[in-house]
Amino acid sequence: FTHRKLDDAALEELEDELIAADLGPVVAERVIESFRSSRFGKDVTSDEIRDALAEEIARVLEPVAIPFEPDPKKKPHVVLVVGVNGVGKTTTIGKMARHYSDEGKSVMLVAGDTFRAAAVEQLQVWGQRSDVPVIAGKHGADAAGLAYDGIKRATEEGKNLLLIDTAGRLHNKGALMEELAKIIRVMRKFDETAPHSVLLVLDATTGQNAIEQVRVFRELVNVTGLIVTKLDGSARGGIVVALAEQFKLPVHMVGVGEQVEDLRPFSAQDYARGLVGGAAGDLASRLVDSQPDTPEQA
Amino acid sequence: MFDQLSGKMSGVLEGLSKNGKLTEGDVTEAMREVRLAMLEADVALPVVRDFVNKVRERSVGHEVLESVSPGQAVAKIVNDALIDALGGAGAVPLNLAAVPPVPVLMVGLQGSGKTTTSGKIALRLSQREGKKVLLASLDVYRPAAQLQLQQLAERVNAITKRVTALPIVAGQSPVEIAKRALDTGRREGYDVVILDTAGRLSIDEALMDEVRQIRAVTNPAETLLVVDAMTGQDAVNTAKSFNEAVGITGVVMSRMDGDARGGAALSMKAITGAPIKLTGSGEKLEALEEFHPERVAGRILGL
Ligand SMILES: Nc1nc2c(ncn2[C@@H]2O[C@H](COP(=O)(O)OP(=O)(O)OP(=O)(O)O)[C@@H](O)[C@H]2O)c(=O)[nH]1
Ligand SMILES: Nc1nc2c(ncn2[C@@H]2O[C@H](COP(=O)(O)OP(=O)(O)OP(=O)(O)O)[C@@H](O)[C@H]2O)c(=O)[nH]1
Ligand SMILES: [K+]
Ligand SMILES: [Mg+2]
Ligand SMILES: [Mg+2]
Repeated sequence: FTHRKLDDAALEELEDELIAADLGPVVAERVIESFRSSRFGKDVTSDEIRDALAEEIARVLEPVAIPFEPDPKKKPHVVLVVGVNGVGKTTTIGKMARHYSDEGKSVMLVAGDTFRAAAVEQLQVWGQRSDVPVIAGKHGADAAGLAYDGIKRATEEGKNLLLIDTAGRLHNKGALMEELAKIIRVMRKFDETAPHSVLLVLDATTGQNAIEQVRVFRELVNVTGLIVTKLDGSARGGIVVALAEQFKLPVHMVGVGEQVEDLRPFSAQDYARGLVGGAAGDLASRLVDSQPDTPEQA
Repeated sequence: MFDQLSGKMSGVLEGLSKNGKLTEGDVTEAMREVRLAMLEADVALPVVRDFVNKVRERSVGHEVLESVSPGQAVAKIVNDALIDALGGAGAVPLNLAAVPPVPVLMVGLQGSGKTTTSGKIALRLSQREGKKVLLASLDVYRPAAQLQLQQLAERVNAITKRVTALPIVAGQSPVEIAKRALDTGRREGYDVVILDTAGRLSIDEALMDEVRQIRAVTNPAETLLVVDAMTGQDAVNTAKSFNEAVGITGVVMSRMDGDARGGAALSMKAITGAPIKLTGSGEKLEALEEFHPERVAGRILGL
């Protein structure tokens, strides 16, 4: 085995690797500090570095790794899916429709994005892929009215799960955020407990702005959980560590591709290893390459 | 922004006497602030390192005149270097100097804003320059992607009467659609043909190869990489892979209407060398603006 002292230089390199994974400079420093207090000065192998750091990060993520489970007593369990533009809301709904249909639940979708070109048709294709009905109106139709119709229909038909798609909107646009609040108000005229879940979709390629997204969406529409998409790419999604520390919102699932089956439950261990695998993992092997055993360690 | 930056720097450089030269130690302290601000703004780490080193070199030994504080002096160096790194003052226009129909290729990650930006560019070229524009969707993967571009073309055409979508033919490959788009463009006298491609991951070899082929058969005058202003550290991978695969000639930063600090703009410029030509500032077709480095510099520093 090749050993190296986990000294200041090595820790700094590790910190940089975490920054490159989007943990953000402040959180990366904090993680490394607590890592330092437990490991500093010890001789370690590259595998030990990777495992220990992954463990450290998994400890932060563990409390938020909470699977999404529709309440079987609710008919339907109403889910509002929100997020900024292009993160993967519609695609994720398409994947969820398949997943819960396969579990034997009856699912209905609402094409609540009446704004973007061909957003309705996009969701309709996803509905067809899993043979799930889609409630849709015309382009420019009132999204709140559509959501209301959706709950009514799903209730009448005794569906288990109603997934409502919404138009992408930036959290700093007051009028668009108010429109989202209106969708919720109108829904409550039919069922005052709805929506039972508000899922915020985040793109793993997003950097520090994800913190603002969560802060504002949570404040204005009471987000109950997060979904992280596009983890099949080279982005490591480290911002989730910062989010877990700051907001403690459940992270329910992750998107790992564009196909219907590319949805996974969120696992703290796997996520942490993914972060470190691409970061400290590489670093660990570099350390081994560049630093053969030093005499003091022999 | 300049005042705030120099204020911050002044705090850091308090010990420095007036009329002196900036010493290595002073500058190192100040550069810590700059590094942090840039990382918080999502500038990619290797780009931050380069930038900070460059600014450090420029600063050390720099004479501080009696009229300014050391903080002001460093802030000015940082600000100028940042504008420089973003492409220098002023905006760089699209280069459409080629025999019509001039192909413009749009590439980028999933959901970055390619299709919407294609529509916006069509509006701009047809409205401001009287160009006749053909919009062609090469996205045969995402549900209703071709329909999305077609609907955008219809909206633009309702305004300018000079924009059409290439008719959708089921079963054609992206390369076949690209060829058909250029044939149609030639035959029907279009000035510009905008080729909107499917979103793809930089690590997806098959799809990166596909876009390479599209480029080879169309020889675009502009190959525009559309990048979300909220992008984090992965900007490095995106910039590198797309540039290596297809040779980026310009970058479009979308969603600048958000409150992201937009450090990815600096990473894009640093890694591809290609100028940032346009910014998206909303979902509407009119929401496309020229890129002004001097405005974005302050935003990146968060001041
Ligand atoms: N690689 C990858 N691509 C994804 C994933 N999830 C979604 N996408 C792609 O991202 C792009 C945007 O997805 P959409 O589902 O349309 O995103 P949206 O949030 O509904 O977008 P708007 O409604 O326009 O705000 C599409 O090309 C999807 O195929 C994922 O997990 N991995
Ligand atoms: N706020 C804002 N939204 C934008 C901007 N540009 C694009 N969008 C939105 O971002 C979302 C995704 O845009 P698309 O044009 O579909 O992105 P794309 O890159 O073509 O996506 P794929 O083809 O799936 O890879 C849509 O909701 C657009 O309305 C912008 O500058 N500002
Ligand atoms: K994105
Ligand atoms: Mg959508
Ligand atoms: Mg598109």
